[in-house]
Amino acid sequence: MSHALFETLLRLGDNTLILGHRVGEWCGIAPVLEEDIALANMALDLIGQTQMWLALAAEIEGKGRSADDLAMLRDAWDFRNVLLVEQPNGDFGQTLMRQFLFDQFHLLQLQALTDSSDQRIAAIAAKAVKEVTYHLERSSDTVIALGDGTSESNSRMQTALNKLWPYAGEMFVTDPIDLESVEAGIIPDPSTLRDAYMDAAEKVFKLAHLAPPEGNFAHSGGKTGFRHSEHLGHLLTQMQWMQRAYPGAQW
Amino acid sequence: MTASVSQVWQWLDQVPDPEIPVISVVDLGIIRDVSWDEDTLDVAVTPTYSGCPATTVISMDIETALRDRGLEKIRIRTQISPPWTTDWLTESGRAKLEKYGIAPPSPGGGPEKCPQCGSKRVSKISQFGSTPCKAHWRCDDCLEPFDYFKCI
Repeated sequence: MSHALFETLLRLGDNTLILGHRVGEWCGIAPVLEEDIALANMALDLIGQTQMWLALAAEIEGKGRSADDLAMLRDAWDFRNVLLVEQPNGDFGQTLMRQFLFDQFHLLQLQALTDSSDQRIAAIAAKAVKEVTYHLERSSDTVIALGDGTSESNSRMQTALNKLWPYAGEMFVTDPIDLESVEAGIIPDPSTLRDAYMDAAEKVFKLAHLAPPEGNFAHSGGKTGFRHSEHLGHLLTQMQWMQRAYPGAQW
Repeated sequence: MTASVSQVWQWLDQVPDPEIPVISVVDLGIIRDVSWDEDTLDVAVTPTYSGCPATTVISMDIETALRDRGLEKIRIRTQISPPWTTDWLTESGRAKLEKYGIAPPSPGGGPEKCPQCGSKRVSKISQFGSTPCKAHWRCDDCLEPFDYFKCI
């Protein structure tokens, strides 16, 4: 069980870590000051959640590694985040589309995790769910505003959706690691979150005058670590360079 | 040296929040418990937002303040459950925030009134503000922008 629990915690913590880093890449260069601040704030929430998930993962693993070790000293193949969150920022619209696609899943996942049989996971989820409720409110509002904006903003959002939608499916794939945690009552079965996700996403897309591309094709390989996209390695060269260049450097 | 628990609470009420120095860490509702464990003082602190950079500074400020009062064995413990809510802001904390120009949290999802002129005609500029706990609003009458302490 402890192996599955460790992997489960890495999946939770790596999603928030990698997305937090991606969103943080906007710091100082967002289109307007308010958006810059909003993105940095969301990144901060996600990194804070990462500290809790990865600290627990490190403790469960019991090999003396810390949350920082897990974040800064693993290589791409050891990361367990879904492919969606490692995709590049693109333009502002693409960043917000990626955020919406993840936030909607994240909220449903955290709501279910507040009932986890593992008290510590339930406590982290109860803390994070408040923040993520707020993230989703903003990302869905912004997707609607841009989709229902000018023909230029609508077309950019549609392009972003076409590009990112094939990465949404991976969030709902249940694999043997998940099943072991599901059977122990630790996490919800990811596949059971799909219907609520589709309903919520459809409502937002309708208001935004957007339509997801047809077909059910979904990229996979992120949460299992089997095959990340090429973008993750590039992201890690930025995120981890300090500890790679100056091993053990302290703040 | 030891001190009564109520004395420690009074001391903590003089430790300002580093980002919003007009309110204390007690006003903010983040001190969840103060107790003696034999000769060690145990202080349970809950973070406002998981990623709030002030959290570490707050723990350091608490420890410094208690050491200055002569306490030696101090344990600052992070407690995340139950999660912090703005319902834990004290009444005096809310009043101090408003006087300082920050609209206190309101369950309606936005500020009740402009903290400068009291007008109820206010509009949201951004859901996020200068710290994780605040959003950015503007008064439609006096036109002053102001911070709103988000309700969570």
